[in-house]
Amino acid sequence: MEKNVPKKKKFSTKFLYSQKIAPYVFISPFVITFVIFFAYSIVNMVIMSFQNVAGAKSTFIGFENYAKILPNAVFRKALRNSIFYTIVSCALMIPIPLVMAAMLNSRHMRAKSFFRSITFIPALTSVVVAGVIFRLMFGELEGSFMNQVIGIFGKEPIVWLRTPLTVWIILFFLCLWRWTGVNMMYYLSGLQQIDSSLYESAAIDGAGTLQTFRYITIPLLKPTTIYVLTISIFGGMAMFSESYMIFNGNKSPNNVGTTLVGMLYRMGFEQGNMGIASAIGVIFLLIVLVVNVIQLFINGTFGRKEK
Amino acid sequence: MKKSIPKTVLLVIFFVGVAVITLLPLALLFVASLRPGQELMRNGLNFRIDWAHANLDEYRLLFSGNNAYVTWYLNSLKVTVLQVVLSLVLSSFVGYGFAMYEFKGKGFFFLLVLLVMMVPTEVIILPLYKLIIGMHLINTHTGIILPYIVIPMLIFFFRQYLSGIPKDFLDAGRVDGCSEYGIYTRIMLPLMKPAFASMGIYEGMSSWNNFFWPMIVINQNNKITLPVGLQSLLSPYGNNYDILIAGSVFAILPILLLFALFQQYFIEGMTAGGVKG
Repeated sequence: MEKNVPKKKKFSTKFLYSQKIAPYVFISPFVITFVIFFAYSIVNMVIMSFQNVAGAKSTFIGFENYAKILPNAVFRKALRNSIFYTIVSCALMIPIPLVMAAMLNSRHMRAKSFFRSITFIPALTSVVVAGVIFRLMFGELEGSFMNQVIGIFGKEPIVWLRTPLTVWIILFFLCLWRWTGVNMMYYLSGLQQIDSSLYESAAIDGAGTLQTFRYITIPLLKPTTIYVLTISIFGGMAMFSESYMIFNGNKSPNNVGTTLVGMLYRMGFEQGNMGIASAIGVIFLLIVLVVNVIQLFINGTFGRKEK
Repeated sequence: MKKSIPKTVLLVIFFVGVAVITLLPLALLFVASLRPGQELMRNGLNFRIDWAHANLDEYRLLFSGNNAYVTWYLNSLKVTVLQVVLSLVLSSFVGYGFAMYEFKGKGFFFLLVLLVMMVPTEVIILPLYKLIIGMHLINTHTGIILPYIVIPMLIFFFRQYLSGIPKDFLDAGRVDGCSEYGIYTRIMLPLMKPAFASMGIYEGMSSWNNFFWPMIVINQNNKITLPVGLQSLLSPYGNNYDILIAGSVFAILPILLLFALFQQYFIEGMTAGGVKG
């Protein structure tokens, strides 16, 4: 076999096999897909956001797309919806899993791994299956489960998908149901890294459960909290499929459930206005980058070197 | 010891309550799957059920061949398997490069990995769609898979995992005459098995459950994946609840089964992002 290998190929194989070149070969799949799918897309999107894209013909129109979309009332509502969803879901999805993790981790607790597994199960469902269930659970029929529940308290059946308040209740309930278990898991692994001697010395000093929680657990879980906060912010700002599922489409009465991505989808895919949709994409990207920079500063990652 | 029993009781009661709320929506879905879809449309989703008439007819309908459910299922299976295999192989390859070598530009390239990790895919969904059209991959399963064959999250995890493995292995391999790639395939791959398990499950689940991107790429009924297919049954016109409900149960079932068997890998995989360097 060796004999048949031509000289030239041998040289190139030797080159590829050298210890200097090997790392670049190893990371090449990432670099190639990064350039083709990520970098190219971003550049393309920024260019399109300054264009009037009509079929194969595109004309440069400067900031016109931005000037059109920024004052748009529906766009503003969608942006407000996304921000509101993000803020409230962070306010729910951090304290609740944190407290639950601390409770589950308590030495008084029994059957820990059983309950841990149960709370994790909803995370296994797709947004479609979860959406189908919640759409039907919060159905408008008298016999729909949630209407039966409020019926116990003597309330009349309601059309859940009509008013903002009830729509938000569904969306936050859905979010809590699906992700509490996962966030709790982050906190549980964070808790396991806390040195137990700290708790012992706190107990010796006569600190109560709440004091220990406030002055030891919460501060030491800060890295976990920052991580959960970050993924919650991005998850919240990118929310679309949940709303799409419970309304069975990218449409909701008076846009109560329209989000930033929903707006992008409507402009780009439903109305075929690539220029405006790209402008929305760029605005979204800027928001993401700003959040990242803020997060990096708080996290102090700029000062922390990679090992 | 005796003093702490009330605490234990309170905690257990609390978590029993949590467990009930957690399982309730799934139980509702399951109960509904035992009744005809028409009844669900008329009465709503609830626990009222006439057990004497409960049956598995809806499940039989799924596989009766009068609908596309089985096709969707197989499409999803195909897309998931391909995506898991490709992304595991390629991402572990990249993660290995980052973990084991020092090279010029390493910090810069890793920063790019983090950058992609931090930008939600929804941001670039539109230009990505245009690109896939340009590549003539619209309405193909390749179009769903191709942008996601190298996953930054996986790179990050594999790099993290491998950084715990001593580099002496590399030198030992080199002394034994292994090439750089031989070291990866012969020495490192076996060591990475647990990482492959948890990342395979993570990637498999995201692919199996993925909805937004496959919905955009495919618009032919015989090519769509399971979540997209199920969503299409929610149409206000036809009476598709039979297939929708039983089909939803059948979509979660394999995952629940795998979860029961390989729980640790699921939890590790899905919370891998929390492992910070």
